[in-house]
Amino acid sequence: MRRGPLARVLGAHPIGTAFVTPYVVFLAAVFAYPLGFAVYMSFHDYFFAAPGAVVDRPFVGFANYVTVLSDPAVRRAFGNVLVFLVINVPLTVVLSLGLANALNAAIRWRTFFRVSYYVPYVTAAVAVVGVWLFLFNSNGLVNSVLGPLAPDPSWLVNSGLAMPTVAIYVTWKQLGFFILLYLAALQNVSKDLYEAASMDGAGRWKSFLNVTVPGVRPATTLVVLLATVTGANLFTEPYLLTGGGGPDGASASPVLIMYQRGIEQGNPDVGAAIGVLLVIGVLLLALIERKFVGKEDS
Amino acid sequence: MKRKFVALLIGAFVFLFPFYYMLIGSLQREPDPSVGGAFPQPGNLTGHNYAEINKAIDLGRSLINSGIFTGGVILGTLVFGVLAGYALARLQFRGRGLVFNLMLLIQVVPFQLLTIPLYVLIVRSYGLADSYLGMILPFLINSTAVFVFRQYFLQLPAELFDAARIDGASELSILWRVAVPLVRPALLTGVLLTFIGPWNEFLWPFLITKQQDLQPLAVSLSNYLTTVSARAANPFGAVLAGACVLAAPAVALFVIFQRRFISSNLSSGVKG
Repeated sequence: MRRGPLARVLGAHPIGTAFVTPYVVFLAAVFAYPLGFAVYMSFHDYFFAAPGAVVDRPFVGFANYVTVLSDPAVRRAFGNVLVFLVINVPLTVVLSLGLANALNAAIRWRTFFRVSYYVPYVTAAVAVVGVWLFLFNSNGLVNSVLGPLAPDPSWLVNSGLAMPTVAIYVTWKQLGFFILLYLAALQNVSKDLYEAASMDGAGRWKSFLNVTVPGVRPATTLVVLLATVTGANLFTEPYLLTGGGGPDGASASPVLIMYQRGIEQGNPDVGAAIGVLLVIGVLLLALIERKFVGKEDS
Repeated sequence: MKRKFVALLIGAFVFLFPFYYMLIGSLQREPDPSVGGAFPQPGNLTGHNYAEINKAIDLGRSLINSGIFTGGVILGTLVFGVLAGYALARLQFRGRGLVFNLMLLIQVVPFQLLTIPLYVLIVRSYGLADSYLGMILPFLINSTAVFVFRQYFLQLPAELFDAARIDGASELSILWRVAVPLVRPALLTGVLLTFIGPWNEFLWPFLITKQQDLQPLAVSLSNYLTTVSARAANPFGAVLAGACVLAAPAVALFVIFQRRFISSNLSSGVKG
């Protein structure tokens, strides 16, 4: 087909621009602009004012960041997320790969298993939090099964156990999604490699370690990254499961603190600074994780 | 093989038990946290908790709100997302690469950073607090669904489109009469993917709705959980009854359409 000069400038189907315009406007309005606005707010003395009111919002440099970093509650929340990630990420990788591997074998009741692992993921966090509260209550079912072994103070009100309990809850809730990712990745591992491994006399465990694990490495990179992002997004669980991050801030997450400082206490500039720090933290973690987990990609 | 089966069975028990317990707990007259309480006793069963939670938060109203919120997001994603997905897959125009890269970039921008600025913009600047529009706006077009639509449109043979263009059909009618009917299964996948997000979303509607009669069920249930439940006679029973109502639509949709969630559309993302 011959292309006129117009087609060279606009492309063969300029109508495409019209088709993507709503989407681009959406991305600009809901992602790009707020992103810039968040950074702007974090460097200014920004406060809530009536719509249309003209108020002075002076540039304050790093003052909001100083406020944030010298706040022990914020530092504690960032530390809590690290505790969360140290428990949640390895547990997620090991359990989801193990279960996906077991599911991948031709096994009876496959559909049943797939559905049961995925159900917590599709259910609203608010709904399942209700059951977990009931289960992990001081006189809940878990403790009545454990009897004298039950921790005192109980799981969610114990400052050493609250965050680990939240981390285990989230692992359970999200696992189905990660199992699905691994199931998809397992389809791409070559069958020949397994045959070669068994020719070399490798047992099931050996061929899992030497064929499966390296074979799904790109998926592992993705799982680690997504689990980290989930941890950084943590809000509903500490808000509801541990009554707003209790006991005494032991399970508070950065997003929870961001909500309290930014909206409840009316300091959106401080909240925005927490958000910016959180994202920088996630990016740094993602880079470090990539170095360790995704080393064979590059 | 047997070991794997047993491991999967134990796993399935751990994953399903809380749901079973949710249902049992919602039907118990008296909460019974002992081991025996995990088994239904005919004398202790009642529908009273459902009436109780319905009295406290008006389930019907909350479900309608959840439905409008979710429906708005699905509609926006279907209309604008299909247009964008089609253009990105089948049309040559200036800036296509840019839009595509933007779409991928967006996937890694964490929503939590945007919570505060979006709250300021939507609530304070645009005055959209306590409105369906304010609830829907940040989720209006689901980027993951746009990506899935694009992948499916890409799989259709190019000759089909060339032939239609030679016949002089406009792009809009090609999209509507040729492309969409061929990717109907993808549209269903897109709807299911999109459904889970707003139906289960908590933080955003929680931030922007203070008026009780506009709150989706997840928000009103959490408010009940944090404030009212201390005063109720059997708070856990009522909470669990609400939880069942909130969980049921998503779980039912998933169980019915579970084949649609499986690997094929996800594997393209993993291969990357």
